[in-house]
Amino acid sequence: MSRWDTAERQALRQLARDLTAKEIAPHVAGWEREGQLPRSLHKTFANAGVLSVAFPEEVGGGGGDSIDAAIVAEEILLGGGSGGVVASLFTHGIAVPHIVQSGSRDLVDRYVRPTLAGDLIGALAVTEPGGGSDVAGLRTRAVRDGDAYVVTGAKTYITSGVRADFVTTAVRTGDDGYGGISLLVIDKGLPGFTVSPPLDKMGWRASDTAELSFDEVRVPAANLVGDEGAGFVLIMKQFQSERLAMATQAWATAQRCLDLVIPWLKDRETFGRPLSSRQVVRHKVAEMARQVWVAKTATRAAYEAWLDTGDAVTEVSMAKNTACAVCDHVVDEAVQLFGGLGYMRESEVERHYRDSRILRIGGGTDEIMNEVIAKRLGV
Amino acid sequence: MNIVVLVKQVPDTWAERKLNEGDKTLDRASVDVVMNEIDEYAVEEALRIKEAQGGEVTILTMGPERAVETIRKALSMGADKAVHLSDEALKGSDAVQTSYALGKVLETLEYDLVIVGSEATDSRMATMGALLSERLGQPQLTGARKVTAEGGTVTIERQTDDGYAVVEASTPAIISVMEKINEPRYPSFKGIMAAKSKPLTTLSVGDAGVDEGQVGLAAAPSQVVEFSNKPPRQAGQIVKDEGDGGTKIAEYLASQKFV
Ligand SMILES: Cc1cc2nc3c(=O)[nH]c(=O)nc-3n(C[C@H](O)[C@H](O)[C@H](O)COP(=O)(O)OP(=O)(O)OC[C@H]3O[C@@H](n4cnc5c(N)ncnc54)[C@H](O)[C@@H]3O)c2cc1C
Ligand SMILES: Cc1cc2nc3c(=O)[nH]c(=O)nc-3n(C[C@H](O)[C@H](O)[C@H](O)COP(=O)(O)OP(=O)(O)OC[C@H]3O[C@@H](n4cnc5c(N)ncnc54)[C@H](O)[C@@H]3O)c2cc1C
Repeated sequence: MSRWDTAERQALRQLARDLTAKEIAPHVAGWEREGQLPRSLHKTFANAGVLSVAFPEEVGGGGGDSIDAAIVAEEILLGGGSGGVVASLFTHGIAVPHIVQSGSRDLVDRYVRPTLAGDLIGALAVTEPGGGSDVAGLRTRAVRDGDAYVVTGAKTYITSGVRADFVTTAVRTGDDGYGGISLLVIDKGLPGFTVSPPLDKMGWRASDTAELSFDEVRVPAANLVGDEGAGFVLIMKQFQSERLAMATQAWATAQRCLDLVIPWLKDRETFGRPLSSRQVVRHKVAEMARQVWVAKTATRAAYEAWLDTGDAVTEVSMAKNTACAVCDHVVDEAVQLFGGLGYMRESEVERHYRDSRILRIGGGTDEIMNEVIAKRLGV
Repeated sequence: MNIVVLVKQVPDTWAERKLNEGDKTLDRASVDVVMNEIDEYAVEEALRIKEAQGGEVTILTMGPERAVETIRKALSMGADKAVHLSDEALKGSDAVQTSYALGKVLETLEYDLVIVGSEATDSRMATMGALLSERLGQPQLTGARKVTAEGGTVTIERQTDDGYAVVEASTPAIISVMEKINEPRYPSFKGIMAAKSKPLTTLSVGDAGVDEGQVGLAAAPSQVVEFSNKPPRQAGQIVKDEGDGGTKIAEYLASQKFV
């Protein structure tokens, strides 16, 4: 039996499916309009233990692994949820793993446990207005002053940044280059810390995104994650799970579009016959399905390589680019096959078309993935 | 307070359900299956009583092998253990026979309460509580929207058309619950992981002391003689609003006895 399909994982899949059908699907359109998720959704998912599946039990998690987390995301998307819902509901998946990894009991108790319990919302802030791809070049500065760091700078495109109670923030505590980067947990409401109104985006509209600015914000030194200068390595390590999550979102979104398009093709008649009777259409759908299968297979293989070896940077980067390219193609074809309806807000494929575009940018762009792969190849 | 909850696996209410052409029994194999919806409320109520007062919740299911999925769901919601009565000989049993078989198993369990859902969405007999009450000689309280159990007595609020009635019985007793009683919890991820190590006893008719000659389709006191599929949906009726649209809709609803 595949490790994606054990009895427990089938039950988890069913649980995620039920949660999606009742707690997400009926509300997606409203959240997409409002531009954010209600906090109660975090609580509902926390109560079912689904928010924290992949976190260790010692920090309040479910004790599963990243395959369990992927299964939840797959089911939310396959069941009619949106990429924005997944990104925003699971932002803690990128915001707190560094804290867990650093092992600070105090930070775990103050931030990780309440977040996994659905009581706090966290965000991760790496990207700056001056640039996101070049993480080692970031400029937000944190200067030690007694028992605090004084933080000055700006971050942008921060997922869940509007709602976040705390932000795991990449700052420069040392010299230029990657060795001078540290992670600080910064509480909302500290003097000098301001959050912009929600940024107006093409897709992921149910997910609030913010620009953050820090003007001499005094952050307790106890909020340093791990050691000074350890930030870059922590960020790069956690990027792997973020990229896998993006790949999952990509193939599952593509699969969802396929699921939506097939009944339409059987139903829709042009020139007196169902679209599904036209060979050109049939072959198009077959090609879409083939690509989705490739994306799914590559993504799952990358998860397995990552879990089994702890180092699958090449596979993860390749899976992200593979799945995102497939998703781009499939959402586009789905809109095309729906004709005029595919261009209308009322058709779900229209949303997927807009949502998918972020996947090739966030968590490391296509080009950065290729840089990583080429470097690993020794080129 | 030890509680047994009767849980049935049924075809998904939203799926297209059908009877087998041959023996006219329900086609359970080719459809998606779920826990009978009202049974989720029964499990939830049992868990709430247990969480308040201690004791154990046991799930009792009669059904084919795959009913294990439904039992696991109840265990992952928080029930402590389960008994699964499963035997080819039981196939096609009607409500009377089912109550005989379940009654046999209940005789071997120790409990203060048996909680059942008010009806199953497949057969819609709504008789299991009453049949078991008769067989076991234990009182039955039906249609509970609230249950309080204390010191050998169980009290329920029974929903009626114009309010509710308070009904009381000595334990052990059989309670049937309706949807108003609670909001069932979702299973949890930890519950799913814990469920696999919870005791699940599978019984054949022989193990349960059930006389094979008294169960199954051939011996069933009631038989499905004939069935037809439901007629296709009729076209809707269009009400044109000429300033009196509201009245016309109300009249239509009244004519169909909806209001
Ligand atoms: C909706 C959304 C949510 C986001 N959420 C978060 C978040 O929660 N936290 C966070 O920290 N960030 C977040 N981001 C930021 C995201 O990670 C960055 O947008 C991304 O890393 C790219 O950085 P950039 O936008 O500064 O583009 P740039 O780095 O300026 O890159 C611009 C273009 O140049 C290309 N490029 C850059 N360098 C090279 C090179 N050496 N060779 C070839 N091509 C190159 C890039 O691939 C890209 O196509 C989010 C972004 C969006 C849109
Ligand atoms: C923003 C917008 C503005 C518009 N403005 C106008 C307007 O002003 N006036 C107006 O009259 N219309 C207008 N339209 C409608 C537009 O012309 C139609 O949407 C378009 O002709 C496609 O028709 P359809 O949507 O019915 O798709 P369908 O005809 O149902 O086609 C669905 C898909 O099947 C494909 N297909 C259809 N038949 C075949 C076949 N035999 N073999 C292979 N593939 C096939 C199509 O190429 C398409 O990909 C507008 C549409 C939009 C979205």
